[in-house]
Amino acid sequence: MEDLSLRHDTPQPAAGTRKMAIVGVVASGNLEVLVERVLPDRECAVDIRTAAEGFGEVWNAVVADFVGRYSPGGLKFSINDGGARPDTVSLRLAQAVRSMEGGQ
Amino acid sequence: MATWQHEREARDTRLQAGSAVAKGKIVEACDATRLLEAIVRPGDRVCLEGDNQKQADLLSAALLAVDPAKVNNLHMVQSGVVLPEHLDIFERGVAKRLDYAYSGPQSARIAKMLFGGKIELGAVHTYLELFARYFIDLTPNVALIAAVSADRQGNLYTGPNTEDTPTVVEATAFKDGIVVAQVNQIVDTVPRVDIPGDRVHFIVEADKPFFVEPLFTRDPAAITEGQILTAMLAIKGIYAPYGVQRLNHGIGFSTAAIELLLPTYGEKLGLKGKVASRFALNPHPALIPAIESGWVKQIHSFGSEVGMDDYIRARADIYFTGADGSLRSNRAFCQTAGLYACDMFIGSTLQIDLQGNSSTVTTSRIAGFGGAPNMGADARGRRHPSEPWLKAGQEADPDGHALLRRGRKLVVQIGETFGEKNVPLFVEKLDALELADRLKLDLAPVMIYGDDVTHIVTEEGIANLLLCRSSDEREQAIRGIAGYTDVGRGRDARQVQCLRERGVIRRPEDLGIDPLDADRGMLAARSIKDLVHWSGGLYAPPSKFRNW
Repeated sequence: MEDLSLRHDTPQPAAGTRKMAIVGVVASGNLEVLVERVLPDRECAVDIRTAAEGFGEVWNAVVADFVGRYSPGGLKFSINDGGARPDTVSLRLAQAVRSMEGGQ
Repeated sequence: MATWQHEREARDTRLQAGSAVAKGKIVEACDATRLLEAIVRPGDRVCLEGDNQKQADLLSAALLAVDPAKVNNLHMVQSGVVLPEHLDIFERGVAKRLDYAYSGPQSARIAKMLFGGKIELGAVHTYLELFARYFIDLTPNVALIAAVSADRQGNLYTGPNTEDTPTVVEATAFKDGIVVAQVNQIVDTVPRVDIPGDRVHFIVEADKPFFVEPLFTRDPAAITEGQILTAMLAIKGIYAPYGVQRLNHGIGFSTAAIELLLPTYGEKLGLKGKVASRFALNPHPALIPAIESGWVKQIHSFGSEVGMDDYIRARADIYFTGADGSLRSNRAFCQTAGLYACDMFIGSTLQIDLQGNSSTVTTSRIAGFGGAPNMGADARGRRHPSEPWLKAGQEADPDGHALLRRGRKLVVQIGETFGEKNVPLFVEKLDALELADRLKLDLAPVMIYGDDVTHIVTEEGIANLLLCRSSDEREQAIRGIAGYTDVGRGRDARQVQCLRERGVIRRPEDLGIDPLDADRGMLAARSIKDLVHWSGGLYAPPSKFRNW
């Protein structure tokens, strides 16, 4: 297991007012993302617990692109990763942002 | 005095020796090995029919059982190395040299035996290439083939899986070779004559039907969101703008996703009747919903697919069928159709390098090529115009004289940036090169050469290589859709942005596609059972695909 903790500033707060959501599943090659609206408007945090070690650089790149594309200000993401591919991670993070767009 | 009948005399001698174990043309299954010992000579070129699907398994076992003191050093010339027996004969010294095209299930073992020197390799061919050589310098002395039934004169009914048989028999029988057929059944009258009896010398009735592998069945339940996204990109970014009507699909999950999106996503885009109506394609079960929705006009097939027989019979307007109503396939003709009469090939691969060369060879597996290289190659002999072909040619050479400019076939590689077990699709150097070094081959086994590839589609976008004007641009276009692989992360971000502005790279958002819409709910069928429903109960999936 490896734990990673990434912090970013964002230009915009995330849309919507929903407080919390969960997307994905914990399974081999997949991941579960818990997202909570608990941070200041222009901050974003991604905490990762992954079964695959030694991919820190790829996680950095995936998360940086994600933050650049979606500006998820105010959101904290907790990822439980079963060795998902980077494109699956990008997709789940995007789904997590979308699921926060609605109301409570 | 000179005689010009050596080969005929030699054949007659062999036929006479074989007749000693036959009644007329019929040989008992238990005498098959004795027959082969009588008619096969050391060093012969032998085609042991191993097609993509249909296998002459009884004759393979019979050949394996011959006395190596009598039959040895054979030169095997067959398209598919599929059964364990196909390689066991090399272990026993019955065979020595191999020329082939495809080795799917034996790809790991064939690699081991090549490295161990157990097999002397001629070459790994494309199908048409091997078939062509049957008529020039690899003509079989003996062909061991498989059919569904035979009458006592030797007329053969091959059933829906005709595949390579007519080509193999043509080359063997008309050049004084000997043809032995294993059949499931000897009957008074065959349902239709696929091979005329005067080309068949011996018939062996097998105690069980020949082995057929369901190679073309993709369970919709296993299709991922990533594959759906690449399929959406291909439909909207390639099928639609080029207006591709005539095409061939590979057998991967991304193309299965395309087949299942035509009646849903394709319909929504208003593409029905405008794309994907004529195929060189095996009877893919995943295409059933598109056929039932009226998308498909005509399909010619290389072989058949397990479980599709009744559906094909009932949809005779779509498929090629015989007077008996069942499918007539023919690999050589369908490969030719794919090469000359299709405007697009779209399929998957295992590795793509920085210039777009692709290969399914890895250092431990030599899978061969199968049909992809003939489908996925620009036909230099093509002369008839079509809209997609002309448009692709114009993109490649915008300044050329319109009346003298060659068109281009669309050759599309589609896949996710990471494959099974997170293995990257994109590599700096193909494993095929290392293999060629280790085996001292004159050529690395490249499935599709980069200069034939026109587009690469991944979940990150489409790279249109026709629009690249230098090898440097080509490299950056490929890096630009290679995602988070090392190749993708090694991109020059500024140059990639510039290629995107020119439309060389197109991202999902450039095409108005939201990756979050790539949902399994869009598939016209989400399970094998759904396919059975779409077919009105005519499709009968093999048991390994049934979970009900």
